[in-house]
Amino acid sequence: MRKITTLIGVLALASMLLAACGGAVPTVSGEPITVKETVLVTVEVTAEGGAVAETTPVPPPVAVAGGERLQTIMDRGNLICGVHGTFQGFGFLDTAGAWTGFDVEFCRAWAAALFNDADAVEFRALSAQDRFTALQSGEVDVLSRNSTWSFTRDGELGLTFGPVTFYDGQAIMVRKDVVSDATAGLDALEGAQVCVQSGTTTELNLADQFRAAGVNYEPVVFEDQSAAFQAYEEGRCDAITSDRSQLATQGQAVLSNYDDHVILDLVMSKEPLAPAVAQGDDKLADMVHWVVYGMIQAEELGITSENVDDFLTSEDPVIRRLLGVEGELGSKIGLSNDFIYRAIKLVGNYGEVYDRNLTPYGLARGQNDLWTNGGLMYAPPFR
Amino acid sequence: MQITAFWRNVRFLQALGQVAFVLIIALAAGFLYANVSTNLTRQGLTVGYDFLNNPASFDIGEANIPYQASDSYGRAILVGLVNTLVVSILGIIFTTIVGVIAGIARLSSNWLISRFAIAYVGVIRNTPLIIQLMFWYFGIILQLPAVKEAVALPGPIYLTRRGVYMPWFEAQPTFDSWRIYIWVALASIVLIWLIFRWNYNRSSLPIPLWWNLAYLLAPVLILWIGMILQPQPPLLENIPVLTGLNFKGGLRLTPEFAALLFGLVVYTGAFIAEIVRAGIQAISRGQLEAARSLGLSTAQALRLIVFPQALRVIIPPMTSQYLNLAKNSSLAIAIGYPDLFSIAGTVANQTGAVVEVILIMMLSYLSMSLFTSLLMNIYNSRVRLVER
Repeated sequence: MRKITTLIGVLALASMLLAACGGAVPTVSGEPITVKETVLVTVEVTAEGGAVAETTPVPPPVAVAGGERLQTIMDRGNLICGVHGTFQGFGFLDTAGAWTGFDVEFCRAWAAALFNDADAVEFRALSAQDRFTALQSGEVDVLSRNSTWSFTRDGELGLTFGPVTFYDGQAIMVRKDVVSDATAGLDALEGAQVCVQSGTTTELNLADQFRAAGVNYEPVVFEDQSAAFQAYEEGRCDAITSDRSQLATQGQAVLSNYDDHVILDLVMSKEPLAPAVAQGDDKLADMVHWVVYGMIQAEELGITSENVDDFLTSEDPVIRRLLGVEGELGSKIGLSNDFIYRAIKLVGNYGEVYDRNLTPYGLARGQNDLWTNGGLMYAPPFR
Repeated sequence: MQITAFWRNVRFLQALGQVAFVLIIALAAGFLYANVSTNLTRQGLTVGYDFLNNPASFDIGEANIPYQASDSYGRAILVGLVNTLVVSILGIIFTTIVGVIAGIARLSSNWLISRFAIAYVGVIRNTPLIIQLMFWYFGIILQLPAVKEAVALPGPIYLTRRGVYMPWFEAQPTFDSWRIYIWVALASIVLIWLIFRWNYNRSSLPIPLWWNLAYLLAPVLILWIGMILQPQPPLLENIPVLTGLNFKGGLRLTPEFAALLFGLVVYTGAFIAEIVRAGIQAISRGQLEAARSLGLSTAQALRLIVFPQALRVIIPPMTSQYLNLAKNSSLAIAIGYPDLFSIAGTVANQTGAVVEVILIMMLSYLSMSLFTSLLMNIYNSRVRLVER
């Protein structure tokens, strides 16, 4: 009898675990076979999707396959967006209870495109370790949490990344009493103790770079970036490593005397930060892609949240198509035709979002400027 | 003879109930399994343990077994498991000492001592462990001076925010030939125990307390003789010395390890104190008074009469506290100690094999706990009241 009780206990534990892993996708759980079929359809339609859409004036929502996640979002009436929570400038819940930040504003833009309401977003603060699991299990619809787009994450984790919203690179911040020269190399950090956040590409790059340089170091790994910064501030580590943007913004926000620290010029990696959705819903992925591209395109065309209404009467066909005044661009991916207009009107173009959130921290546009200004921000044509 | 209809047969109904219960459980498990595998298939993820052989390519700050970033994920998880075991075993040893002392202090007739113990138990038991860990780590250990201004305690033990440095022994090449003395020293302990036992069986009189010193003195004496006989000492004291930015030599406890161990010991010790107090109070006062009236001193009465009986009450709840300590060590992630939970979390994040890694973690903690329970149950059956 005791054995049976133990067995039941183990089973109950296991079921709770499994429920936590997989229970959060309400729409799919009941009908596994339907899902598989839909995925198959995706392949067929995308193969000839362009031609069909050009000739048929009626854009039936079914035409774009794999839309059940997007449909769930539309039925629910809001978008659940996974964000950082304690990262000033990118995703931050301030003392007044308002969400601010670069990544947060993209969530608002998607909500604006979907519901014509930039506040139809439910934010979920996620740790670096939880973020992809939250996406896989369907706890969040979109992840906009300064996540690096990498092959493994795209392939093995079952994610689809959106366009890069911020081109970043890993950097290392050191106390000036250890290394005072910003041009120093990794050799200067022989034997150093380095604070780092777990579950990040940074953690992996750190190991790779120091191994390649043959320099010994000791990592001190924290689950939470704030804890890593706090430990660095208290002198637990000689250096802290993270994305350059993060070191600059968090450093100014958290460290008591930012001038005592120096960010080395050394670029340790490419960190393209991009939003992500779970694989299997191309429609949702399209929406995420094209809203971001629309915001970049709007900046290129000089359309801002202030003057967007003036452009509605523009004669320029490029602008008219972008804002949905003419053409059926939105409905081809199952959205309202004016979805870009809504995002621009309610949130702003890429440059506005950048200036509002990142310029105050002294982060120059650099690589994140438009391609016309020598940066990397480039939107495919809207036609 | 009347045959009861089967739907009225109590034994049948009981069996039916059990079968139904098992069926429900099996169905629920099956549904959940199908749900997980559907979700995984939908996202093109496969379940399997092949990833354990891939290189981990992340570093671990402190490892008790050799590890480098080019080792496999499996090895990384093993490092985490060993780290968890180290902190759990040391924690269980120290928390028992702290808890027993605090439990006895709680019953002390000395007003100051008993109030102090009550305050300790009250404060520690009623605040969450994670907050205490944060307090010890950020509030105490990281507030220690920098390496160059280290607090030097006799020993020398140095307290710094980079860790605690203390002297340690370092094995010399001659250590191997010296092993025989260690075995002789251990044998002497067993021998003394046998002599005391024989003496007790012969005379039925308990040995005086100070005789127990023999357990300590004999091995020390033997080891000391060994030291003298060997031309080169087998062990050298390795004293930490400040060289450059850091101390070299000696034994270093990282701030994370120190904070975690300290936090777990202090927290669990408060619970054990209450268990010990309850165990002692469960023995009726008459026992103590009877022992005193037979001429035993208070210390003798406690040691020979009260404690052996109190152990019966103490051991079972103590086991759950040991299990709690081991499981609570998973909070290490908050203060950066690379335990099983922390490393397995990183592995899950890097590989996407969340389900597999969680199963590994559950199995590890489960087997650790079952093993601890097994040992404690064996011990419990030794001290249990023998009923004839």
